[in-house]
Amino acid sequence: MRHIVRYLDGPMIGFLMLLLMASVSVVFSASGENSDRVFSHLSNMGVALTAMLLVSHIPPQRLMQFALPIYIVGILLLLGVALFGVLVNGSRRWLELGFTRIQPSELMRLAVPMMLAWYFHYKQETLRGRDYVFAALMLVIPVAFIARQPDLGTSLLISASGFYVLFLAGLSWKVIAGAAIAAGSALPLAWHYLLHDYQRQRVLTLIDPSADPLGAGYHIIQATIAVGSGGVAGKGWMMGTQTHLDFLPERSTDFIFAVFSEEFGLIGNLFLLLLYAAIIWRGMHLAIGAPSLFGRLLSGAIILTFFTYAFVNMGMVSGILPVVGVPLPLVSYGGTSMLTVMVGFGILMSAAMHKKLVKT
Amino acid sequence: MLRLINPRQELLRYRRRMEIAGAIAAVMFVGLFSRFIWLQVVHFEHYHALAENNRISLVPAPPSRGVIYDRNNTVLAQNFSASTLEITPSKAGKLDATIDRLSEVITITPGDRKRFKKMLAESKNFESIPIRNLLSEEDAARFSVNRYRFPGVSIKARQFRQYPQGAAFSHVVGYIGRIGDKDEARLEERGVTANYKGTDHIGKLGLEARYESWLHGRTGIEKVETDSGGRAVRVLSRTPAVPGYNLHLHLDAKLQEIAEKVFGDYRGSLVALDPRNGGVLALISKPGFDPNLFVDGIDVATWRELNDSLDRPLINRALRGVYPPGSTIKPFMGLAGLELGIRKPNDVISDPGYFTLPGSSHRYRDWKKDGHGMVDLKRSIVISCDTYYYGLAQQMGIERMAGFLSHFGFGKKSEIDLDGELSGLMPTPAWKKKRFKQPWWPGETVVAGIGQGYVLATPMQLAVATMTLANNGVVYKPQLLRAWRDPATNKMYYAAPQIIERIKFDPKHLRAVKEAMVDVTRPGGTASIAGANTPYLFAGKTGTAQVVGIKQGARYIESQVQARHRDHALFISFAPADDPKIVIAVMVENGGHGGSIAAPIARKVTDYWLLGKLPKVYEPVLPETAIETESENEGETSEDTAVMPITGA
Repeated sequence: MRHIVRYLDGPMIGFLMLLLMASVSVVFSASGENSDRVFSHLSNMGVALTAMLLVSHIPPQRLMQFALPIYIVGILLLLGVALFGVLVNGSRRWLELGFTRIQPSELMRLAVPMMLAWYFHYKQETLRGRDYVFAALMLVIPVAFIARQPDLGTSLLISASGFYVLFLAGLSWKVIAGAAIAAGSALPLAWHYLLHDYQRQRVLTLIDPSADPLGAGYHIIQATIAVGSGGVAGKGWMMGTQTHLDFLPERSTDFIFAVFSEEFGLIGNLFLLLLYAAIIWRGMHLAIGAPSLFGRLLSGAIILTFFTYAFVNMGMVSGILPVVGVPLPLVSYGGTSMLTVMVGFGILMSAAMHKKLVKT
Repeated sequence: MLRLINPRQELLRYRRRMEIAGAIAAVMFVGLFSRFIWLQVVHFEHYHALAENNRISLVPAPPSRGVIYDRNNTVLAQNFSASTLEITPSKAGKLDATIDRLSEVITITPGDRKRFKKMLAESKNFESIPIRNLLSEEDAARFSVNRYRFPGVSIKARQFRQYPQGAAFSHVVGYIGRIGDKDEARLEERGVTANYKGTDHIGKLGLEARYESWLHGRTGIEKVETDSGGRAVRVLSRTPAVPGYNLHLHLDAKLQEIAEKVFGDYRGSLVALDPRNGGVLALISKPGFDPNLFVDGIDVATWRELNDSLDRPLINRALRGVYPPGSTIKPFMGLAGLELGIRKPNDVISDPGYFTLPGSSHRYRDWKKDGHGMVDLKRSIVISCDTYYYGLAQQMGIERMAGFLSHFGFGKKSEIDLDGELSGLMPTPAWKKKRFKQPWWPGETVVAGIGQGYVLATPMQLAVATMTLANNGVVYKPQLLRAWRDPATNKMYYAAPQIIERIKFDPKHLRAVKEAMVDVTRPGGTASIAGANTPYLFAGKTGTAQVVGIKQGARYIESQVQARHRDHALFISFAPADDPKIVIAVMVENGGHGGSIAAPIARKVTDYWLLGKLPKVYEPVLPETAIETESENEGETSEDTAVMPITGA
């Protein structure tokens, strides 16, 4: 038994389990005591935990070998989506394979930071300024594909994860500042030429949700009401009126935080924030301790991306960020997201834990 | 440029950057937490209120409308619950397609569709509108199985109003209909809009309209927890609705039914009053209409048919039909002559068959060409002598005539508890000057003396005048309402009889007129056949009113127009004359002669009321020309005789 879990980090597993337990209770409430939904959620967790366990056994050196092939396959699939993708709700994100549909952008969430981490690891002896440019290109290509699908949320989050690799790899502060200024000044242009109408609408809705109370603003308004009406102590588990009377949309997926907030209040929110903070703190600690540059860069990017997901989701639900389709990591119902995040944690722990064995 | 960094430096930099990232993340989490405090602590009250507002809705509980009973607790208007299939347009998507698909599941007639369209046009979008009323259980079950296919369509339980007695009572009971813009404005004026939340019908006509505020009751409120789809999840608290008062009428359903039947195919009106309190025992206006047609919106074709019909079934003739009273005015004129000291009961005039005004050669003819010979007051009433009243009227003058007759209610509304009553006309020179800007001619007084010319009265006014005579001068306000019951306390309240006026008459004068009226129904009188063999004293007076003109449309059939030029037959009566219990005024449109057509109707109604005797032949009374031995014919008067079609809306 110890053999099987030897690459897992005890405190990290403890925090994750606490979060998953919270998740089960909220999904149970959000689904209206739908036990089918809860069982399916539990089985998603089982699959994700198993995947994490398996991935934790893959040594970083072996993982590195997969970085380039996975990245290339990912790019090809994105090309396939752009050419032959299925149009669903006005965006082209899925690829029909006959027996199943896949969403290649999901794969890129891990493939992009892995590729970049591998690249910097590979170049670590001879790192030049232009390598950052190459790395940035490797990031921009898939991001551009995904942004054109269009899937702004995913493309931004993948950009973030790629940026974290660059940042941790020592991208100069001057470049960061320059990029920030460039991005800031390009914003009005992007607003007019890159964003689709519905994306612009989402941002406008954030600024004034009441302008369209039954349309795009409805999600935000009802979620904010749910959070606010939770008060300090919350309405109690299974007692959220916004949740149980059907006012909250997407309440077991993207808006599950509103359910949690409504039922457990500010105290629950504090607990959840602390739990996320603990996971992130532990993740950073593990990343710093990883023996290889590849491991450090990848696991650092993974844990910072995890933070980003959590922050963006809670920010969106509490009405300070526009509505982007980002689930609350490890809490929202949904197999794909659960799997991706857990595989990430598997990689993180693998990268950190394999050194001990090397040492002993 | 090649940057050579040793692994140790690299690790330090990585660590520093991770620490910076961690610090930023911490700051962002603190920011997020501040946002939570902002929402959940600072603005908690606001969001709490919004959530409660989302959750709780106030649902009006409409009260059940009061039931209307006759004097023997026969139901005239009642409620019943039934299922309707309703569509909420805002949730149903394409309406025509939805209805098409619905019609595959349950029967929907073109009429249902039309009514739905009409209501849709009148309603606000968030209301649910019935597409099918009175669903059978089978229909309801069939829909329930298919419900998932029809978003925005649901089965609702609604209260329906029903008038089990049908057309015979249509003009008394009236009907309720859907609340329209005008009703809405009226409710707003009365300040009771809130009390009509959840109610979509209101009294439109008859007692339903007059006693609307009594019948309606008080709307209750249910505090209901609803989900986002507006469906009620549970009731949190409720203020129950208070049902409206039940009305108990003086009206006798059986009497009404008999009166309606003995009319046969004639158009016309009958009013029966209880002279002891002014209670309305029967109120007929023929033809009537089925009030049930109106409850849920009558369709255009049916309505047009009713409204355009030459028979004018929508007009309440008892209150809105104004006719020349003809000879039925004679008892009142006779009494006026005695009371004003112009004639004594035994004063005799000689009737050559006509009357002329002094200094004029124009002959006002009696209905009997050769005249009646010597005529005193009694005989003038019994045989309905015109010449007697021509002279009397001329001596009396129009002003005194109008003054006296108005005490009997001529030219005044009876104040019955129904809306829309007309006041008829008791003409005066002042009236004529105002109306036509012409002086009053003496000849107009002469014809007014026999109830022709400008004089107009409704059947209700004739009944009230007759009641006043029967009561020896006590004028009651005619009342349909006898009592009402508050279902909340189950207490019965009685409506007190209301005396409008007590007129002082010389008893000798009254007796003379009444005795004459009794003789009208005895051999030698104008209603002797109708009055034959009554075990009670039957006092009456016949009348025949000329119809000189009628509005003619090009489409009228000649024979019909002919029929509509026939005189109106009138009869007033009270019985038993020595202790009156029922007063009747009958008007048969184009019936011909009062004695042969109107009087038998009054007789049969009186027989039933006093003796409990059902009319022998329960079928139409046909014009019996063969028995017209004593029939009157108030023939050629002057050309002043006005054209008097029924007036009304």
